[in-house]
Amino acid sequence: MANLEENRIIASNLVYTYPEAKKNAVDDVSMRVKRGEFLAILGHNGSGKSTLAKLFNALYVPTDGTVWVCGLDTRDDDLVFDIRQHAGMVFQNPDNQIVATVVEEDVAFGLENNGVPPAEIRVRIDEALRAVNMSAFAKKAPHMLSGGQKQRVAIAGVLAMKPDVIILDESTAMLDPSGRQEVMNTVHRLNEEEGISVVIITHYMAEAATADYVIVMDEGKIAMSGTPREVFRQVERVRALGLDVPPMTDLAHMLRADGLSIREDVLTVDEMVEEVCRLSSKM
Amino acid sequence: MQLPWERGSAMLNDITLGQFFPGDSAIHRMDPRMKLILTIVYIVGVFMVSNLLGYLISLLFLYIVVRISGIRFSYLVKGIKPLRFILIFTFVLNLFFAKGETVLLSLGFFTLTAEALSYATYFALRLVFLVMGTSVLTLTTSPVQLTDGLERLMHPLQRFRFPAHELAMMMTIALRFIPLLLEETDKIQKAQMARGADFETGNLIARAKAMIPLLVPLFVSSFRRANDLAMAMEARCYRGGDHRTRLRELRYTRLDAYAVVAMAAFLMVIFAEGRLLG
Repeated sequence: MANLEENRIIASNLVYTYPEAKKNAVDDVSMRVKRGEFLAILGHNGSGKSTLAKLFNALYVPTDGTVWVCGLDTRDDDLVFDIRQHAGMVFQNPDNQIVATVVEEDVAFGLENNGVPPAEIRVRIDEALRAVNMSAFAKKAPHMLSGGQKQRVAIAGVLAMKPDVIILDESTAMLDPSGRQEVMNTVHRLNEEEGISVVIITHYMAEAATADYVIVMDEGKIAMSGTPREVFRQVERVRALGLDVPPMTDLAHMLRADGLSIREDVLTVDEMVEEVCRLSSKM
Repeated sequence: MQLPWERGSAMLNDITLGQFFPGDSAIHRMDPRMKLILTIVYIVGVFMVSNLLGYLISLLFLYIVVRISGIRFSYLVKGIKPLRFILIFTFVLNLFFAKGETVLLSLGFFTLTAEALSYATYFALRLVFLVMGTSVLTLTTSPVQLTDGLERLMHPLQRFRFPAHELAMMMTIALRFIPLLLEETDKIQKAQMARGADFETGNLIARAKAMIPLLVPLFVSSFRRANDLAMAMEARCYRGGDHRTRLRELRYTRLDAYAVVAMAAFLMVIFAEGRLLG
C-alpha cells in the first residue's frame, strides 16, 4: 500500500451487506484517515456511517473491498486483535460499554485482555486517566459518574491501549451539552497534543465544523467530502441529504439570501462577528 | 404494604450485595482467597463440634475475629434475624423426627427423646454459625475482591473445563449492571404510572399482571444492553480468560500466615475438646 506511514486507515471500494439485507449498508466507499487527522463522518440515520465505523476496527468484516488499519488487512483473522489495539472505539451509550465495577479496573480491561504485565498496566491506566482528567475518579464506581465523565472513562480505556486512531461512534449523542463539550474538548486535545487521529461519527454539525475533513454519507455512499468550509458552503446540497448546516453557516446563508455580501463559508461565531464588523465598517 | 419501588432511590442503598463494610482492619487486608478458604475451614470445624462447650469456643473465636475487624458483633447477630423461621422450622422438624431412645415426653404418637433434642439444638446452632461465619467474610471483603478471590481459587479447575473465568466475569458484569437496572426499573415504573398504570391495588394476580408493562421493557432493554456490551468488549480485544493478566495481583502476606496459625489453633482446641468430653 502506498503511503502507509501517512495514512492510518485506508478503505478501498468497501462494500458491506448485513446478512439477509437487500441493500448494501456501505456501498463502494473509498477513503482514508491521515496521520493526525481529525475526520468527521456525517449522515442521516441509516446512511451507513456507523457500519463504516465498525468496519474500521474489524467488528465487521467487509463483504467486498478492503480496509487497511495501519497497514493491517481487517479480513485477516490473525490480525484482529492488533487492529483493535491500533484503532480504538468509543460507542454511543456510556453505560453499555463500561465493564468493570471500578473506574480504574475498567480502564485496565483492554490491557488485561492483551496480557500486559500488571506493573505496566498500572502505569498506563494512570497516564490514560490523567490524559482525560479523570484521575480523581480512579476508585469510583462507574454508576456514580455523569454521562460525560463515563465517556471520558471509555476514552481512557481506549487510550491506555496506545492507539493510532480513536473512532467515536456517536459518542456524544446521549450526553447533555456540557458533557458533549467535555468529550469534544478531550478528543481535540488528544488529537493536537498526542497526534492521535480521530474519526467522529456524529450528527451534530457544530462538532463536524471543528474537524479537519468532513465526509457526508448517504445511502451507503460518500455523497460529499472536503474541508468543513467546502462542504457546508453548499447549504442546499447538505440540506437535500437530510442534514443541517452549522448554525452560523445557516445564518450567513439567510443573510446572503437577503442580499448582504457575507462570505458563504462562515462556520463559527467568531468568524460571523468578523464578517459583520467588516460589513458595518463598509456601510 | 410497602412495595420495593415506593422507596425510590433508597432501593439502591438497600441492595449492598454481601453488605460490605469498608475498613482497614487486619481482617479487611487479608487475601480474599485465604479468607474464603478459612471461612470454609471454620464452618467445617464448627460442624465437627458436638457439645455445648465446643460451640462456646467457636463463638469466642468468631467474636475475637469480629472484634479485630472492627465490625459490631450485634450487626452479625442482626444477620440471623431473617433466618429465624427457617431455624425454628428445622428445629421443630428435627425434634419430631430425629430418632432416639431416651424418652423424655410421650404424647400419643409423638415422643420427644433426649437425642432428638440435642440433635435439633446442634443442627440449629450449626446453621447460625454457618450464617455468621460467611457474614464475616462478606462484611470484610468487597464484592470486587470476592470475585477476584473466587476466580483465582477456582482457576486450577479450569483444567477440567470448569468455567472459572467466565463465572467471575459474569459476577463482575452482574455487579456492574445491578444499579443500572434498578435505576431503569424505577424510570419505567414512573413512566408507566404517568400513563395510568396501577401497581398497587387488586389481589395478587392483578398485581402480578400489572408487572408485565414493567418487565417487558426491562427485558428488552437488558438484551439491548447485553448486545452493546458484547460489542464493546470485543472492540477492546476481549477473548476469554486465556493469557489474560490482571491489574491487581493477589499476594499472601504475613497476615494470612497469622490467620492460618490462628485457625489451626482453633481446630486443635475444638478437636482436643471433642476428644476429652466425647
